[in-house]
Amino acid sequence: MASPHAPLYWLPSPTQWQEQLKQLNGERSPDWTAFSKLAAYNLDFAQTGILDRVLAAKLNQCEGSQPKADVRLAVLGSSTTSHLNPALRVAALRRNLWLDIYTGAFGQYWQEIVAGDSLLQTFEPTCLLLALDGYHLANGLSPASTEAECSALIQQWINQLTSGWQQLQDRYRCQIIQQIPLPIHESIMGNNEHQLPGSKLEFCVRIAAAIRSAAAQAGVDVLAVDRQASWDGLANWHDPRLWHHAKMEIAPQATPLFAELVLRVITAKMGLSAKCLVLDLDNTLWGGEVGELGVEGIALGQGSPLGESFLHFQNYLLALNERGVILAVCSKNDHGKALSAFQSHPEMILKPEQFASFKANWEPKPDNIQAIAQALGIGLDSMVFVDDSPFERDLVRRCLPQVKTPEMPEEPSMFARLLMDAGYFESTAITQDDRNRSAAYKANQKRSELKHKSVDLKAYLSGLEMRLSWKWFDPLELTRLVQLINKTNQFNLTTRRYHAEAVQELMADPNCRALQFRLLDRFGDNGLIAVAILRRTDQSVITIDSLLMSCRVLGRKVEYAILNIVAGAAKALGATQLTGEFIASGKNELVRNLYPDLGFEIITAENDAAVLYQLDLTDFQEHQIPVQVEKADT
Amino acid sequence: MKQTEIYDRLNALFNEVFLREDIKLSPATTAADIEGWDSFRHIELMLVIETRFNIQFHSRELDEMKNIGDLIRVIERHLPAA
Repeated sequence: MASPHAPLYWLPSPTQWQEQLKQLNGERSPDWTAFSKLAAYNLDFAQTGILDRVLAAKLNQCEGSQPKADVRLAVLGSSTTSHLNPALRVAALRRNLWLDIYTGAFGQYWQEIVAGDSLLQTFEPTCLLLALDGYHLANGLSPASTEAECSALIQQWINQLTSGWQQLQDRYRCQIIQQIPLPIHESIMGNNEHQLPGSKLEFCVRIAAAIRSAAAQAGVDVLAVDRQASWDGLANWHDPRLWHHAKMEIAPQATPLFAELVLRVITAKMGLSAKCLVLDLDNTLWGGEVGELGVEGIALGQGSPLGESFLHFQNYLLALNERGVILAVCSKNDHGKALSAFQSHPEMILKPEQFASFKANWEPKPDNIQAIAQALGIGLDSMVFVDDSPFERDLVRRCLPQVKTPEMPEEPSMFARLLMDAGYFESTAITQDDRNRSAAYKANQKRSELKHKSVDLKAYLSGLEMRLSWKWFDPLELTRLVQLINKTNQFNLTTRRYHAEAVQELMADPNCRALQFRLLDRFGDNGLIAVAILRRTDQSVITIDSLLMSCRVLGRKVEYAILNIVAGAAKALGATQLTGEFIASGKNELVRNLYPDLGFEIITAENDAAVLYQLDLTDFQEHQIPVQVEKADT
Repeated sequence: MKQTEIYDRLNALFNEVFLREDIKLSPATTAADIEGWDSFRHIELMLVIETRFNIQFHSRELDEMKNIGDLIRVIERHLPAA
């Protein structure tokens, strides 16, 4: 039974869901991915709980492809959190992840933070959610409190939290997520509540701002339940009956959405957020069909409610694009007519050059989306497809289940809100490279034009005037380094993921040297594009622990220049042998033969999934490629 | 909504939540009669009923309902008169 109250409204409504779940429950060894598929619906909290119980009962018997990764989440709170667990596990299941949860003892969060030896330590969390409710935080405040007392309480909390975060970071080296308190107090003044320093409601709002800024400084992510509740209505998030009954800050009905928010922040840090938004045109970016009505006939722009709605949506898309989301077009249309809408409609916000790929033709959309993914060098699971047509959405969901295809409301003025609520593009920090990404893809288009013009690859590469600049890991670029290390899938030899703290440890380790590479060419700066992490494993042996490169610069022989630099660095460190391994991840087939191509020889290959190679540095000859190499000043 | 209709919907809902097909509620059915209906699940059940019937129980009702007969009477009280 579909519930009209289910909060995940961008997911398709479950049909025959209960029957499918019953069937899985009856199987001796059900397939894990079948469970994952059942999670991809607009489930209410009751269905979420049922799914979680069946999965828990069946988990050990599951067969087939296993979850992508294990995430171990510790939840410490000042009030009840155990009712969040089923929804958290199901939100992870929806992402093909398995979540282990440690629930802190009720009200004991501070003891668990400061205790060095605890169950929490045995659990070894990979991420930790700290949830302090508004009643707890505002405790001690009264309408008689002065402004000074109120500010002092905020400062006291911020000091305590900062110290707690630091201890957790030092001990567990894991992602820390601080939940922002919901403003659950009743006002006692009314509209001008802020005139009363001792107002608990006002205190919640003020401490929320203070936590945000302290967390940003401490490298802690926040969970903005306050903002989500301001959209959805606080009454949908907090139920006073259940606060008094069971000390639940988050109402059970809101847990599916709450869990979505948590998993978004976790998976954004893991580099699993979507990267590319593929857009239909007619009735998605403007009203009406441009092929029928002509450019002047479509609804777009000031003067009509419909035209303004689409204008608003395009503005939202532009903002996403400017912060690093790649846009592409996939439309059943005449290419020339579709393009002319962008070129000649006076109120069009998006311009043709903002699209990294533009497919307006009569081919099936799944084929086009696959072609776009290939051209951009990104995985299908990094793509979101937005189309007003239920038929096209259904087709894409069936053919390409990895692509995220949200349900779309009939009402175009709600399109932007839908994309916001669906949260596919969650990002925890913005780097300069994110800002430059659209420019980078624009430049990529020009480069590929040049590729078409150039007779052969060698001449094309020379014509690019590439310059590869390298330096040892620079702490100032830590955010981008961590992002690259955790997001790169295809050109990644070992797929070892390192969080910020681990990267800092690498930098401090005397047996470790890590190199970062920036590529410039005649079309612009490609930014930080590759990383190599070297470890001394023997007096004369240096091992390449990690070698990864952004797919933006594939097919340009840059990897040969990188090897020249790595070999040179290893020699300078006194090594005579350089070893490297290929570990298959399911996504990195691209580099299976990289080491042999670079001149390495196989030492051991236990199986196809892990092969160890070696390069003799004593007679290593540098590869000749048209890339100028330079060492950057640090 | 008639008492029989409430009963039918409730019966379907219990089978859904406990993932069974064989639950047959009667006015005398209590939590002790259904495996898995503990105090933790009780709150969840009451909230599911609220959501699916679009009603809201009072705090004291959450604890006071002793059997299915009580539950049906309380639901009936909250539903708009036919």
